[in-house]
Amino acid sequence: MDLISNIPSGPIDKKWESHKFDMKLVNPANKRKYHVLVVGSGLAGASAAATMSELGYQVSCFCFQDSPRRAHSIAAQGGINAAKNYQNDGDSVQRLFYDTVKGGDFRAREANVYRLAEISVNIIDQCVAQGVPFAREYGGLLANRSFGGAQVSRTFYARGQTGQQLLLGAYQALEKEIAKGGVRMYTRTEMLDLIVVDGQARGIVTRNLVSGAMETHLADAVVLATGGYGNVFYLSTNARGSNTTAIWRAYKRGAAFGNPCYTQIHPTCIPQSGDYQSKLTLMSESLRNDGRVWVPQSPGEKRPPHQIPEAERDYYLERKYPSFGNLSPRDIASRAAKEACDSGRGVGPGGLGVYLDFRDAINRVGRDKIEERYGNLFQMYQRITDEDPYAVPMRIYPAVHYTMGGLWVDYNLMSTIPGLHVLGEANFSDHGANRLGASALMQGLADGYFVIPYTIGHYLASRKFAPVAPDHPEVRATERAVEERLRRLVGIPGKRTVQSFHRELGKVMWDKCGMARDAEGLQRAVSQIQGLREEFWENVNVPGSGAELNQSLEQAGRVADFLELGELMCRDALHREESCGGHFRTEHQTADGEALRNDEQFTYVAAWEHAGDGQAPILNKEPLTFENVHLATRSYK
Amino acid sequence: MPTPDEARSPASRVRRFWDSSVGKKVVMAVTGIIGIGFVLGHMAGNLQMFKGAGAAQAMHDYAVLLRSTGGLLYVMRGILVGAIVLHVTAALQLTARNRAARPVPYAKRTPQVSTLASRTMRYGGVLLMAFIVFHIADMTLGIGVPGFRHLDPYNNLRNGFTRWWAVLFYVLAMLSLGFHLFHGAWASLRTLGARRPSAAPLHRNMAVAIAVVTAAGLVAVPIAAVLGLFRDDMPVSEAMSTARAGAPGITPAGAAAIGTASAAASVPRA
Amino acid sequence: MNLTLRVWRQAGPAAAGQFVEYPVRDISTEMSFLEMLDVVNEQLTEQGDAPIAFDHDCREGICGMCSLMIDGVAHGPMQATTTCQLHMRSFRDGDSITVEPWRAQAFPVLRDLCVDRTAFDRIVQAGGFVSITTGNAPDGNAIAIPKPDADAAMDAAACIGCGACVAACPNGSASLFTAAKISHLGHLPQGQPERYRRALRMVAQMDLETFGGCTLFGECQAACPKEISIDTIARMNRDYIFGAAFEQEESRAGGAG
Ligand SMILES: Cc1cc2nc3c(=O)[nH]c(=O)nc-3n(C[C@H](O)[C@H](O)[C@H](O)COP(=O)(O)OP(=O)(O)OC[C@H]3O[C@@H](n4cnc5c(N)ncnc54)[C@H](O)[C@@H]3O)c2cc1C
Ligand code: HEM
Ligand code: FES
Repeated sequence: MDLISNIPSGPIDKKWESHKFDMKLVNPANKRKYHVLVVGSGLAGASAAATMSELGYQVSCFCFQDSPRRAHSIAAQGGINAAKNYQNDGDSVQRLFYDTVKGGDFRAREANVYRLAEISVNIIDQCVAQGVPFAREYGGLLANRSFGGAQVSRTFYARGQTGQQLLLGAYQALEKEIAKGGVRMYTRTEMLDLIVVDGQARGIVTRNLVSGAMETHLADAVVLATGGYGNVFYLSTNARGSNTTAIWRAYKRGAAFGNPCYTQIHPTCIPQSGDYQSKLTLMSESLRNDGRVWVPQSPGEKRPPHQIPEAERDYYLERKYPSFGNLSPRDIASRAAKEACDSGRGVGPGGLGVYLDFRDAINRVGRDKIEERYGNLFQMYQRITDEDPYAVPMRIYPAVHYTMGGLWVDYNLMSTIPGLHVLGEANFSDHGANRLGASALMQGLADGYFVIPYTIGHYLASRKFAPVAPDHPEVRATERAVEERLRRLVGIPGKRTVQSFHRELGKVMWDKCGMARDAEGLQRAVSQIQGLREEFWENVNVPGSGAELNQSLEQAGRVADFLELGELMCRDALHREESCGGHFRTEHQTADGEALRNDEQFTYVAAWEHAGDGQAPILNKEPLTFENVHLATRSYK
Repeated sequence: MPTPDEARSPASRVRRFWDSSVGKKVVMAVTGIIGIGFVLGHMAGNLQMFKGAGAAQAMHDYAVLLRSTGGLLYVMRGILVGAIVLHVTAALQLTARNRAARPVPYAKRTPQVSTLASRTMRYGGVLLMAFIVFHIADMTLGIGVPGFRHLDPYNNLRNGFTRWWAVLFYVLAMLSLGFHLFHGAWASLRTLGARRPSAAPLHRNMAVAIAVVTAAGLVAVPIAAVLGLFRDDMPVSEAMSTARAGAPGITPAGAAAIGTASAAASVPRA
Repeated sequence: MNLTLRVWRQAGPAAAGQFVEYPVRDISTEMSFLEMLDVVNEQLTEQGDAPIAFDHDCREGICGMCSLMIDGVAHGPMQATTTCQLHMRSFRDGDSITVEPWRAQAFPVLRDLCVDRTAFDRIVQAGGFVSITTGNAPDGNAIAIPKPDADAAMDAAACIGCGACVAACPNGSASLFTAAKISHLGHLPQGQPERYRRALRMVAQMDLETFGGCTLFGECQAACPKEISIDTIARMNRDYIFGAAFEQEESRAGGAG
């Protein structure tokens, strides 16, 4: 497989500009002749669908929830970055670019990241114009907060509901286009396969989740914006429905999967309370602006937090990383929390927790101010734990949060299948081995509002499109494959629930492919997952039929795909004999426990290619070159 | 399935307004406020019953004064009848719409903050409608009032309230009016969008005052009648009335303006 | 703790439904209500029965997907809390809990506890947006917006579109949902050009969808997990009245072409 990244030539700050000029255009009258399918209605999908419709393309948009507004982007709390430098604190496109490349531990493509930083400023303008109620200062101008991994204040936010407000902006733009007839929206519709005709992505097969009806949608190009696959761990901060199905099916039809093992474990989540737990809840990283992270000095401490004197507390982030302190990047903060707990100093049930303490902040700025900043987060915490975070420190623990990996895309966001474009968290692009806080929203919207509207035109204008007949053999074959799979799932006379398989897979992934990984564990995980997969196809119990609203069947299909993806993640983690960002191999660490990269051998994107069921996947490499940022050991000390 | 485009109906502005749930509710609020104005004025007029000596004359003079306004009385009557027709029509149509909006009821429903008053607007409204019909027949037309005499509201009231069931119905109706206004006086300003946002939007101090004052003021008369507080007053003199009609101070303070309106429903005297 | 659930079961949109009782044992108070239903569903599946269909996704109170009328209260007994965030510590051992879907003509039941809420999307389609296209926005700080306005807009914009307002309203009215969007955009300078047109069109669509009218019961505000105030409804009515009186008819000649 050839990985052609299509990075434009020229100096980095001119690449996108000149690329925009070099790309072919579709003339306005011809745009409506092209039909584009957008799968996903999160920040990436909704913004892409709305913008392409504004340009004149015919768009169909799909989501599995009952409304596009419910995509998981809605849950993002903390904020969105942009290099506006409104705070006059030395921010710039260059600095955001640098921070992102460094934050990603030098495993991202420079050109993409630079473009992202450039576009970031337009996103804020766009969202403000849509009526996104960003936080403001008394003077009426936009407010900013700080986020991990940055020493400037460049994060824009709307209380603790930034993702919600940004998504509602994109959703409203989408609804506006639906009303105009430019977009046809298919809600409660799940993509189950990709149709590839003559090597080009030309359609998808979906299932109507209400009636169970299978539908085939043919078009000229397909855009996947289906979000992340963190739910492979069963417990994560993702929504219950978040899944890998769309990108996994595309992978199996020939799209390369980039860096599947790069997973972000978020340091500040509410610890698990029991086996029945169905998801983990994030407490926004913005809390680390004012909260101080600590554990007791001595293992096995039994006293309640307020009785532990200052001298017997270990503010370990401030101690180990004095210049970034509590705002160290996520991978570092998570690992530090794990270390603290591994050393027996964890707090709360099972010792799996550290304190996030607001006492000092409340004393400094007053309870009112803290309430204004984080009121809804505190409320959420209290609702879940029944503890008052104004009075006792929060207990937090890392949890799976984001997947930097995803389908490999070129500079135009096109996968290795021509016509198949991938946006948002579903692609592998801009964050390397670790994503900085408040950068996913930025990337999703950059992809959707400002990149794909240009690059899709280039793709469409560069080719000829013969109409695909609905009874084309490839179409029929794909439909049959989907039907067959669904029939198989409901036909297995098994005993175990889908959820029990998912839970078990999650445990394997968390233990062996989580915050710390090693070769032996990963090898074991691969065979465990293979065994679990076999058992699944013999012993899963999916009640009901395919011709009705059947949530067990939906879940079964997703878990079946996770059971395949999990293995690929472990294989990727196993092959990457270094530690970088969210990928920490215990064999590769410095004397003081920091990640040890191996730039000589691993400065590349691992793009895995499907070689057929039961075959080992093929590893392709896209070498990464760093011309504008110096490859250096990441230090936040 | 309704699409947004159907939302643009070709009908006229007024028609569209009336057809919308918000428009209809606005009509209810405006007509309701007209009603409140009337009821307050009417109540003030009624309270002249408590003037003691000369009360009968005062009530008579007041009735005559209202008739001396010429066409204005009929304009006011027209407005009130129109308001009632609109209020009731809108009430019926909205109720039908609201019922249709939930064809399958809940097996269990536990109201959280809605007041009994708000939940009984419809039933209270029916009682009020019945009362209005009864009241006009009773005190305006004099049907069934022992010894009914035109332009002698004092004695008509006194006599009318010798019937225990009339007292009972009257008291019940007025309490239900108080209830109706406890919600209505608060709601109408919000319906009209005339309230500023508040931290506790469900609080309703002014509405409580209006509701209590109207209910108490209107109930006072039949209660007093039962307690025998209204003695036989001097017979009413026509001559005096014309002489005193224009004199200031006869109508209770503040009632003069709304007093006209109160006559329009022609409830007690005429 | 042990509970008895009385759950509405309905096989499909056209099927007749009925309540079915399920005894539930050994529930931890730390579970969320939906996690409790997960446990019930796993048991039902293992017994070979159809699990209870209910909508949910984020499970952190923000996507608006979860619903449920719990003992006659939308989203259950806890104030300002969605069902997914409601924990079993709000109930007592031995309780019998009635669980029903949202009920409204405009929200037909799809299966068991799942209802179709696409009417909300169509209300937004009628005007719940700012008509700008991507790429022609002025600088984000070009227009200063007083903080109180931005805050008021945010208060209204917090709506998650779950439909609890409709479910809780004795009239099945969508006024709070519609008013929240009208208020959100109406508080911002960006929302002004279409302010009255928006109110007219969204209210018209709300009526077309067969929602009831507003009697200002206040139940919607009490049920709203985001505590959106019925003050927004006063604002919606004001904009509607103003629009009905003064908004110009759209020119038949259209725009510049
Ligand atoms: C709790 C939480 C907090 C976060 N906070 C922040 C933050 O503060 N700042 C930040 O920058 N990032 C944050 N993130 C990350 C960020 O929110 C996500 O990465 C981003 O929103 C993903 O957007 P997306 O458009 O790619 O996908 P999503 O928003 O996940 O959308 C996926 C869409 O695809 C659809 N879909 C999926 N599969 C299928 C299928 N098979 N068929 C049909 N449709 C399908 C779904 O219906 C949905 O519409 C947070 C993430 C979480 C989980
Ligand atoms: C004649 C019989 C009457 C009927 C059938 C009736 C019915 C109703 C109903 C059903 C409502 C609630 C409407 C809704 O929100 O859905 C209402 C509201 C109201 N009514 Fe009446 N009513 C009657 C008489 C009166 C009278 C006599 C008054 C005044 C003295 C009055 C004042 C009001 C007011 C102020 C409201 C509140 C309007 C609002 O909510 O904005 N009504 N009425
Ligand atoms: S599941 Fe998302 S709000 Fe409850």
